[in-house]
Amino acid sequence: MFDYQFLIEVLVGGLLSGVMYSLVAIGFVLIYKTSGVLNFAQGAMLLFAALTFVSLVERGSSFPVAFVITLAIMVVLGVSVERAVLRPLVNQPPTTLFVATLGLSYVIEGAAQLLWGTQVHGLDIGISDVPLDIAGVFISRFDLFAAAVAGSLVALFALFFRYTRTGLSFRAVADDPFAALAVGLRLPRVWASVWTASGIVALVAGLLWGARLGVQFSLSLVVLKALPVLVLGGFDSIAGAIIGGLLIGAIEKLSEVYVGRLFGGGIEAWAAYVVALVLLLVRPSGLFGQKLVERV
Amino acid sequence: MIKSRYLRFAFAAAVASVLATASAARADEQFFPLQSYRVGPYAAGGTGFFGGFIDYLNLINIRDGGVNGVKLTWDEGETQYEVERGVEVYERLKGRPGVAAWNPLSVGIAYAMIDRITKDKVPLITINHGRTDSTDGRVFPYVFPLLLNPYSETSGIVNYIASREGGVDRLKDKKIVVLYHGSPYGKETIPIYKLLADKYQFSLEQIEVPHPGNEQQSQWLSIRRAKPDYVVLRGWGVMNPVALKTAQKVGFPADHIIGNVWSNSEEDVIPAGDAAKGYIAITTQASGEQYPVLQEVIKTVYGAGKGNLDDKKRIGSVYHNLGIVNGILNVEAIRIAQAKFGKRTLTGDEVRWGFEHLQLDPARVEALGAKDLFHSINVTWDNHEGDGRVTFQQWDGGKWKVVSGWIAPDWAFLRPIIEKSAAAYAKEHGIKVRSSGDDPVSN
Repeated sequence: MFDYQFLIEVLVGGLLSGVMYSLVAIGFVLIYKTSGVLNFAQGAMLLFAALTFVSLVERGSSFPVAFVITLAIMVVLGVSVERAVLRPLVNQPPTTLFVATLGLSYVIEGAAQLLWGTQVHGLDIGISDVPLDIAGVFISRFDLFAAAVAGSLVALFALFFRYTRTGLSFRAVADDPFAALAVGLRLPRVWASVWTASGIVALVAGLLWGARLGVQFSLSLVVLKALPVLVLGGFDSIAGAIIGGLLIGAIEKLSEVYVGRLFGGGIEAWAAYVVALVLLLVRPSGLFGQKLVERV
Repeated sequence: MIKSRYLRFAFAAAVASVLATASAARADEQFFPLQSYRVGPYAAGGTGFFGGFIDYLNLINIRDGGVNGVKLTWDEGETQYEVERGVEVYERLKGRPGVAAWNPLSVGIAYAMIDRITKDKVPLITINHGRTDSTDGRVFPYVFPLLLNPYSETSGIVNYIASREGGVDRLKDKKIVVLYHGSPYGKETIPIYKLLADKYQFSLEQIEVPHPGNEQQSQWLSIRRAKPDYVVLRGWGVMNPVALKTAQKVGFPADHIIGNVWSNSEEDVIPAGDAAKGYIAITTQASGEQYPVLQEVIKTVYGAGKGNLDDKKRIGSVYHNLGIVNGILNVEAIRIAQAKFGKRTLTGDEVRWGFEHLQLDPARVEALGAKDLFHSINVTWDNHEGDGRVTFQQWDGGKWKVVSGWIAPDWAFLRPIIEKSAAAYAKEHGIKVRSSGDDPVSN
């Protein structure tokens, strides 16, 4: 007899894992949306933020103080990246910008280890992960908390984009950078702001992923989880990042549990990419991404 | 003119004297090329292991003036645990005089070096890891998986579970899940677990975790549904703390998870926080700094400001102690080889002979200040593992505590399997299977 309760458990677990992927994907979307750059350094920024936070806490800072200091450092990092890397490369082809962020990721990872050492750290943010038993279905408290944080972050971004001047500038630049420039918007300032916002997302995601995995070098590898999410949801849609994350999380877990045995197990990592690849063939801009129309 | 000739002679004599001194210094040195990894994803393990190894070499130099007067030297090349970089470091350092042995602590780098070190006739030490069939010294004369190979580890874990259950006959009808890393390393023990399951009649399920293992929800939900008595964690890196955290998430008890030798360090449990409390893992060397040799390292090496670890709190950690034990085994192999070949710089082949006669019984281990740090080793020309014993440690949230005696794997059961695999390798590579009679050094 088919075990529906287990199916629900796998599905819920997958959806909640997907929220964690979305958190990383949002950082990509913010930058891609406004500057057309696929920021491969997002994972390194996440590692840098989490490592800075946990190192400050271990040196005696309270959580709020460490959070504020790390936030300030991420703002400085974001502005510096815009000044030192992106601004000199304005009007360069996307491939050049992508490679620049790839190089940047190595620089940030190296700097993080140089600054804070190579040791792994535990990060306890006070959320116990003893599961909730709801009608026989185990649900992770931590994942529920992470989902709430991700939801709040998205809501804050939605309000920010809709009701603030900087948010409106973001949207204008995302819609048409040349028109935005023509009406007097300062693109460098917008880009610096968006890198800062991306740094904030990296900090939040870094703390949640750090609490889940421990704060260690492999945190930067979580970008690999975000890539199929971006392909599925579209590189320029925050809603797409959320829905793409949920879909990828669910597909990964369901495929591993119900199809994995047919292939000897361990399929979830590439199953997500198979789905993304198929969608790429059918709909290259993703489920929610804007269709690219170019005059030739 | 006479004065000029005199000056020229004096200058030539001085140069000759300096060169002779330098040459003599080289003649009394034994060199360890170290393919270390102090940055990158596995830096935590690399700094601990290579730190411990260097600390022990330093102890021998400072306390004893080297091995019978032969000073130990080393140079590091950063690999970041990457095979290409490991090979690059090999090519860069292999020409240095007096190379004793290679100790990469990396399965990938070790595999890439087997043909090279065999050709160059220098031993390759893969303590606690490497190819299982390289235990067979008849086929792999220069490779030494000292103390523990993956099959012995597997047998040791099953024997420990049996001891907890009250004997091997109690394993019947028990259920064991092996959660393994999705890599050649992780998959290496799949057949041996099957053989042991057949032998002891326990139910077995082996579940793969894709690399790097930072997401394991589906695997642990499957485990929860399977309701095993024990889960064996054959992990690496981030996979280990994530396994412990996810086990807690699905309500599986940590004290029924048994970690393998690459899931047994502080780096594996600290990131998991409370979820790791009670977790048990196999080891060949106990952790802690209470052993006399560790006390000497602290007093003599760190006291002289020459300690290799930046963070002294890591002295006595699992990786640091593995490095210390690795240092003991390398140094004793040189000492044994010197007894045969002379108290001088040895060739790689002579050091290989030393490793093939590396027999340290518990009394000798105690004399070296390592009683209870590790048990013993008995390497022979055809058994390059050396019948290392294993023990099990439990994490109490702050440190590892030994919870078992020294357990022997089932070597008699494993040896024919190892020989069969080695014979297949020899056939595939056209290697002449060695007998003691055609040993190139002892002849």
